[in-house]
Amino acid sequence: MPNDIKVIESEYDVVVVGGGTAGPMAAIKAKERNPDARVLLLDKAHVKRSGAISMGMDGLNNAVVPGYATPEQYTKEITIANDGIVNQATVYAYAKHSFTTIEQLDRWGVKFEKDANGDYAMRKVHHMGTYVLPMPEGHDVKKVLYRQLKRARVEITNRIVATRLLTAADGSVNGVMGFDSRTAEFHVIRAKAVVLACGAAGRLGLPASGYLMGTYENPTNAGDGYAMAYHAGAELANLECYQINPLIKDYNGPACAYVTGPLGGYTANNRGERFIECDYWSGQMMLEFYQELQSGNGPVFLKLDHLAEETIQTIETILHGNERPSRGQFHAGRGTDYRHRMVEMHISEIGFCSGHSASGVYVNERAETTVPGLYSAGDMAAVPHNYMLGAFVYGWFAGVNAAERAAAIDFAPIDAEQVEREKARIFAPLLREHGLPPLQVEYKLRRFVNDYLQPPKVTRKYEIALERFAEIREDLQQLKAADAHELMRCAEVAAILDCAEMAARASLFRTESRWGLYHLRVDHPERNDAEWFCHAHLKKGADGRMSHLKRPVEPYIVPIAEQEKDAYDRLRLNPTTAARAVATA
Amino acid sequence: MAFQPRSIAQYSEAAVTVDLDKCIAHKGCTVCIDVCPMDILDIDPATGKAYMKRDECWYCLPCQKDCPTGAIQVAIPYLLR
Repeated sequence: MPNDIKVIESEYDVVVVGGGTAGPMAAIKAKERNPDARVLLLDKAHVKRSGAISMGMDGLNNAVVPGYATPEQYTKEITIANDGIVNQATVYAYAKHSFTTIEQLDRWGVKFEKDANGDYAMRKVHHMGTYVLPMPEGHDVKKVLYRQLKRARVEITNRIVATRLLTAADGSVNGVMGFDSRTAEFHVIRAKAVVLACGAAGRLGLPASGYLMGTYENPTNAGDGYAMAYHAGAELANLECYQINPLIKDYNGPACAYVTGPLGGYTANNRGERFIECDYWSGQMMLEFYQELQSGNGPVFLKLDHLAEETIQTIETILHGNERPSRGQFHAGRGTDYRHRMVEMHISEIGFCSGHSASGVYVNERAETTVPGLYSAGDMAAVPHNYMLGAFVYGWFAGVNAAERAAAIDFAPIDAEQVEREKARIFAPLLREHGLPPLQVEYKLRRFVNDYLQPPKVTRKYEIALERFAEIREDLQQLKAADAHELMRCAEVAAILDCAEMAARASLFRTESRWGLYHLRVDHPERNDAEWFCHAHLKKGADGRMSHLKRPVEPYIVPIAEQEKDAYDRLRLNPTTAARAVATA
Repeated sequence: MAFQPRSIAQYSEAAVTVDLDKCIAHKGCTVCIDVCPMDILDIDPATGKAYMKRDECWYCLPCQKDCPTGAIQVAIPYLLR
């Protein structure tokens, strides 16, 4: 082990890892709850422009606004959209705090669309209720958050890659380890409570373009949080419920039916015909999308060419100025003008993300994981379909509860052996004279993810994937980094591998099909409520290997009537022979 | 002599390009370098100006939008174009 690695030790009451959406809210609310607490916000990039909303967001996808929806209606909608496998307490807690959070963001200066009376201009996109609130000027969200972080006097450290959590003798989390991606200094940070808000595992599958960083998610969100939570002993929930999104082909950004839908746009097949009733992303919607893509009616498009000129101009202003502003340039390069041509769409590679589906680190309605002292929020925390507003709400919960824990306990002593072990693991690639380049190892790993894990899921392919992943695990011992930046890519490929193995094992465990395309197992094609109406959790076992357990679905707070349960299974319009053939293949 | 390991450098066209007349990095500005989520920009020691150092661009645009002098241009990476 190199002795010239500089070690920087520090101590905070609360450490929040990840400065995107949930993280800043957690840090601000921790500080509000206890102004004396020392709160650190740690980011792998720079908090000013980090995370999924680095360039802003064009709307709230799940706003529960009085007069349009009740928390009970929203909880029901998400329960049905997620095939019943929901801890309703978490969804309900979100829904009840949704409007309070919108008002908080509004007071801070986030701009939401309002009508002539000053009321929020709500739009219907979901199958059942009305939950979409546009933010045509949502490009300032990060600036607003940054101003509040400064005002709350949260300490910020940028360019630190968190790699492992420290655990005390009683199993609770008592710190964070990581390194500086520019100087390679090693950081050991003691903490009384840690909030993980590291985003989705967005670098799991390889985009069809073959370009490593051509991902839907901000590629900084490599799954570090999932890996850290796993190694700290936390339970992860329903990882087999993958994130797969309908995206603009090659560009891999959202086509944004949520923005265009209320203005008259829709998802169409090659004949320009609508084939799904509702463009809200769910596993069932993705299955219909996949079937259309595979049939003679494919590919699938976003259709806008029937809209009026002024409507198209509005759409261009919103879509080319907020979440992914390079989109206009992409369309121009391909000669796609919304007025004359439909936008070609494709199905994305797989990822984990509870913001869009349900795959995440288990949390309860207080944002607590199963490990004391460890909280989680945002895309990586398992509150189904939580989106950006859910990240803010659970960031809020995590911040308050972490601050309360920190006020009540003392620092637990650090285990020097954990520190030495992590230091050796992290810095090894810098010491090798020759070895494998991290991006090449990542490419091969993610190609295997596509080859073997992309649904429809085939058992034998998943078993082969586990063999290939074991070989890549050997390859990690040969990684070579020329500098601190490449060391970051080495650390990430290890996290991606952990996520890939978790995806494979979680999928093999649940021997049924559920959530439409997200968990379509060809050799277990039926939904089996008798055995699998439950959460499937994964955690690190006593032997250091991945272990699985079934957790019963918590009693519903909001009952679902029998005839409502399959509302999301009735999304297809005019089913075609071709699509049915694929479904039974 | 046994077989010796060697590495090969591959080259890419930089998606992010810099107008050297407008860039003020030589005066201490590091805005684009700071805001890049992927940390792929740096200062070219030869010119003192910003440049794209690594082929890991997410074409997200903070560098272009936040540059105080309009010196940065982000193209869609060739593989996606």
